[in-house]
Amino acid sequence: MIKGKAFVLGKNIDTDQIIPAAHLVYSLEDPEERKFYGRYALSGVPSEQSGLPEGGIPLVPEDKFETEFTIIIGGPNFGCGSSREHAPAALQIAGIRAIVSPGYARIFYRNSVDGGFVVPYESFEDLSSKVKTGDELEIDREKREIRNLTQDESYPIKELGSVADIINAGGIFAYAREQGMM
Amino acid sequence: MGMTLTEKILANHSGNKQVKPGDNVWVDVDVLMTHDVCGPPAISIFEKEFGEGARVWDPEKMVIIPDHYIFTKDKYANRNVDILRAFAADQNLPNYYDVGTDRYKGVCHIALPEEGFTRPGEVLFGTDSHTCTAGAFGQFATGIGNTDAAFIMGTGKLWVKVPETMRFVFDGDRLPPYLMAKDIILQIIGDIGVDGATYRTMEFSGPGLKTMNIEDRMTLTNMVIEAGGKNGVVEPDEITEEYVRKRTDKPFTAVYSDPDANYHSTRRYNLEEMVPMVAKPHSPDNKATAEELEGTELTRAYIGSCTGGKLTDFIAAAEIINGNSLKLDTYIVPATTEIARGLETERFNGKTLLQVFKDAGCKIGRASCAACLGGPEDTFGRLNSDEICISSTNRNYPGRMGSKQAQVYLASPYTVAASAVTGKITDPRVFIQETII
Repeated sequence: MIKGKAFVLGKNIDTDQIIPAAHLVYSLEDPEERKFYGRYALSGVPSEQSGLPEGGIPLVPEDKFETEFTIIIGGPNFGCGSSREHAPAALQIAGIRAIVSPGYARIFYRNSVDGGFVVPYESFEDLSSKVKTGDELEIDREKREIRNLTQDESYPIKELGSVADIINAGGIFAYAREQGMM
Repeated sequence: MGMTLTEKILANHSGNKQVKPGDNVWVDVDVLMTHDVCGPPAISIFEKEFGEGARVWDPEKMVIIPDHYIFTKDKYANRNVDILRAFAADQNLPNYYDVGTDRYKGVCHIALPEEGFTRPGEVLFGTDSHTCTAGAFGQFATGIGNTDAAFIMGTGKLWVKVPETMRFVFDGDRLPPYLMAKDIILQIIGDIGVDGATYRTMEFSGPGLKTMNIEDRMTLTNMVIEAGGKNGVVEPDEITEEYVRKRTDKPFTAVYSDPDANYHSTRRYNLEEMVPMVAKPHSPDNKATAEELEGTELTRAYIGSCTGGKLTDFIAAAEIINGNSLKLDTYIVPATTEIARGLETERFNGKTLLQVFKDAGCKIGRASCAACLGGPEDTFGRLNSDEICISSTNRNYPGRMGSKQAQVYLASPYTVAASAVTGKITDPRVFIQETII
């Protein structure tokens, strides 16, 4: 079960906002360079839209490489734009474990799953106007619901469907090995 | 039951007689393309997962085109090109287009067709969202991440969910003289929204397509990702055939949608009734007509990228810019080195396009992605503060061209050029109608 603080964003958060293009130069392998993806994760989001409803909350404080938040609640079309896999990777490196949105741009969704970076859960409704940044959440995959411990509410989420096997395996390579494809 | 063009390609490449939307299939890949931003991490994953000494499944089918961060002092960006160079040498990859050599091309999505890699009926994956551009040639082409690219490098295969197809039918016998493909796709994205085609194919058809050259069609398919589309396709015809045959001897088999194919939806547009369109900050679906925005203040104009930096885009801009002085800082960035050479040979009213732009005071950049996606701070044309830019590029989310304080209006090269002349957003009909008989 994934449990932790929520970080709330609006609609159409594109991958340039998730990790601005100027930072795509760092190695994702080198442990020292890799940390910068955490530092700059979501740094492209305009301040007033970062950490809703109040805004003005950066995911990662300026002098840090990791965030205190665990779950992103996003509006529709999360991860649209460029195909950069650095986007879900940056969120994972910052410390994010799951995203909940009513809908994803397909390349971001696929990258999240195939690379095993973060679990992209789909909600039935846009939760970005219900959940507040800082709320304590619990994602219960078995019961297909998110419990908001701060507001004492719960929201249903969709089954992971045909990608569940890849998520369970931990990514496309692990899945392909399980299936005897490589 | 009949199949769409996209369904047929995916069936042909997965060993199936028939596929339908929602099926998950493993397809054989004809071409894998990567560049300097996503190539190095894809190579790392490939080496980690397939082991030291692993070989690319088919060196002829892998194409590496550095294009994003080329003319920069950024040491990490330059190191990434070094990684590509070393990998191409180690793997004996014939299709590597190195920086600083005569082989250097520039923007991958335009380089791919120039070098003959966009063949009808084939499957192309690339580590860039605008890989969908190649659908203009009747190819199945879509963007993927580094992990999927690494998987293809080792196996030559990838899983694909068969998308539903949305059909866009163009009526009309001609493109009005002031209208460009960019206006059409901005209208469509404005109508269906930035997630209006998510997980789907956008198929463009109808008699109006006959009036569009191959570069017009590439502008349409390039921007399907801006509506969330998985791929965009145009049925191949004699225009496609003529272009591709000039660029490659490789055999290919074009496929076409069946008359009884199933579509998610059909929308019709009459080209003769369409008008110049603009996408306002900060979303490609934030549509308005150029006329409605007439007079909006600007500080910069930019003509470049895979969407708006092709030779016909510069010919259009030159028609308006020629003989005028400009009120905006205007940046010209040819997508590829072939287009850059075209600027020196193509003429308008006796002057080369390059001369037209230089005489008007434009700043001319070298072939690359340049400021379309911001990039390192020293990138040519990058918006480093609160500029208000009108641009022939494809995306205008916050920070896309550099600073998140900047504002970007997307428009056709005609509209960008007209606005550069007046200093404010200007409907190009102000310049064009009076010169058309």
